[in-house]
Amino acid sequence: MSVLRVENLHAGYGHIEALHGVDVEVAEGEIVALIGANGAGKSTLLMSICGNPRARQGRIEFLGEDITRLPTHAIVRRGLAQSPEGRRIFPFMTVLENLQMGAVTTQVQHFDEDLERVFTLYPILRERRQQRAGTLSGGEQQMLAIGRALMSRPRLLLLDEPSLGLAPLLVRQIFSVIREINERDRVTVFLVEQNAYHALRLAHRGYVMANGKIVLSGEGRELLENEEIRKAYLEGGR
Amino acid sequence: MHANHARTPFDLGAALKDAGLVAGIVVLLTVALVGARVQDISSGPPVVFRFDDVIAAALLAFVGRFAIALLRGGRPRPVLIAALAFALGLSAILVHGVTSAGPGLTRLLPFASPVINWVIAIAAWILSARAAWLQWHATSTLDAEAREAREARMDRLGAMVQTWARFFGPLLLGVAVVLPFLPGIDRRLLDIAILVVTYIMLGWGLNIVVGLAGLLDLGYVAFYAVGAYSYALLALYFDLGFWTCLPFAGIMAAFAGILLGFPVLRLRGDYLAIVTLGFGEMIRIILLNWYTFTNGPDGLSGIPRPTLFGLPFTANPPEGQASFHSFFGLEYSPLDRIVFLYYVILGLALVTNLFTLRIRKLPVGRAWEALREDEIACRSLGVHPRNTKLTAFAIGAMFGGFGGSFFATRQGFVSPESFTFIESAMILAIVVLGGMGSQIGVVFAAILLIGLPEVFRELNQYRMLAFGLAMVAIMVWRPRGLLAHREPTVRLADHAPGAADAAPEMRT
Repeated sequence: MSVLRVENLHAGYGHIEALHGVDVEVAEGEIVALIGANGAGKSTLLMSICGNPRARQGRIEFLGEDITRLPTHAIVRRGLAQSPEGRRIFPFMTVLENLQMGAVTTQVQHFDEDLERVFTLYPILRERRQQRAGTLSGGEQQMLAIGRALMSRPRLLLLDEPSLGLAPLLVRQIFSVIREINERDRVTVFLVEQNAYHALRLAHRGYVMANGKIVLSGEGRELLENEEIRKAYLEGGR
Repeated sequence: MHANHARTPFDLGAALKDAGLVAGIVVLLTVALVGARVQDISSGPPVVFRFDDVIAAALLAFVGRFAIALLRGGRPRPVLIAALAFALGLSAILVHGVTSAGPGLTRLLPFASPVINWVIAIAAWILSARAAWLQWHATSTLDAEAREAREARMDRLGAMVQTWARFFGPLLLGVAVVLPFLPGIDRRLLDIAILVVTYIMLGWGLNIVVGLAGLLDLGYVAFYAVGAYSYALLALYFDLGFWTCLPFAGIMAAFAGILLGFPVLRLRGDYLAIVTLGFGEMIRIILLNWYTFTNGPDGLSGIPRPTLFGLPFTANPPEGQASFHSFFGLEYSPLDRIVFLYYVILGLALVTNLFTLRIRKLPVGRAWEALREDEIACRSLGVHPRNTKLTAFAIGAMFGGFGGSFFATRQGFVSPESFTFIESAMILAIVVLGGMGSQIGVVFAAILLIGLPEVFRELNQYRMLAFGLAMVAIMVWRPRGLLAHREPTVRLADHAPGAADAAPEMRT
């Protein structure tokens, strides 16, 4: 069964259309990566799945339900969690308060259990739970952003550039936790990444985006070995 | 900038030009306001020119600006000598003017008003102190480093005050409770105390909207007015008492808040501020013009006073009814009523405070604070932004309404004149000055802004000026408010107070 189905999606900001008819499908239990260059429209796709900017044309389905016209908070309440671009943690609130904010859509009685789950995934957050989130390191902030998204018990987790600005060691750590979330907690993951190599190794399937369109799709390993992708995203800058 | 005297180049021309420009601006600003004064024709010519004051102001501005340029250019010595001489001279003449009534030396003073002269003298003292500091420490506090250090110092101060507040708060509360019975408390002081506590309550109410939810509301006085008129009208039309009307007044104000908030809360920041400003004026103008209902500019009088469980505070109660003093077998004292009013407003203020402290720990309160920090993140977590803001707006308005009905019952008279923009500005200033979101900060700011002008009556006409200056200064040096420091809403037993901030700060 497909968790997320995007059909012929057109969206953009103002007069500029960033997505020109995008089709994406994510099945239950998958990790799907979306890679592409700067400005290809990856983040716009993620944002417009959540209803901001709104789709101008096309259809978005989540768990079989049409969510194209729903406001963001209503979409989130249906079991879709997003860790937005640039993390967007609440810098003046403590780590614990940030995690509490992640749980606004769930029942109170789950809270302790969910918190324990996040603390097990990221033990450093337990240590820092009383600290102001703005004083965390970049990697810790990323962990907090993912942990906060997980607090809502999502069926589908959308991650926008979880590796942005992190040291290689931390990137590996972040990615291994994403796999753990997927395998152990059966959370479906759809992630946007610049770091094509790590993303495609982690993902079951991948989509490649360029100029607001999906130009390639396939199994993660398959895409890794694709000559065009190697040239464009993996060996770039040489 | 290091003040290594002889070596750093000093651009004399630029400094003179700058000082001239400032003097020019002063002339432009003062020539119409101060230079010409219209007066009653019966007491002389219709327009009196006072250009000597304009010239004095421009001259002082020129010299002062030039002195600041010298300080910034690393030349503190001439400034130190000149400013010290000036400050000493001016202060001496002022003191002399106070002690001996004769004219003589006082003719040398730049202005007629002693307050302005004292302000200038104080400015000169500050300038000389700063020059002295630069002379001997040879570093400027304008350095980025120094500024950062000052920032950190102020933050620590904020944190410290918050920590103290836990001990200091109950102490302050104790003083507030026994205040009417302290020796030396008379009617006048008690009236000032009631005024201050009223503003503390309004500040706490507005703090929910501005401090917690981060919605800049410039029309808070509208809800105050709605509360006051709700009570006044209910009492006069339906003959209801204060305690019956109090919840209604709160509900009416909250309803007004929802009515305004519903279309408006999709706006952000400045836009919201302007719409709320307009709303505040609208309410006042409606009250002014709906003559048949609100009695317009004549106001409503004869609003009943509050009672203590049905016991009025009157000397001669109506036939067959007991009043406060006869019921308790006391001698009648007009002060009783004032003391009672004081406790009513103190109670209302404490309810507001307890409510705020409690709701911060609940999901709604947390969502308010999160919305202030990042609305997009909130939306992506499933928070309904408009409804959440609306609750903050309505609850803030409700407390404004409570405050308003207290105002009506205290005065016994309401008219639209009491609900002008200056009231909104005052309450907002209390919140901003105190440090947005800081409860104890509101108390200090209310005492500072309401209590001090009462003590320094003569400054009253310059209140707006002082106000503006204080606001600009706060925005430049302490944009988050004097005592801005956020306390976590959850504290764990295994952490000592302050541990959250003492933990090592890491950044990659």
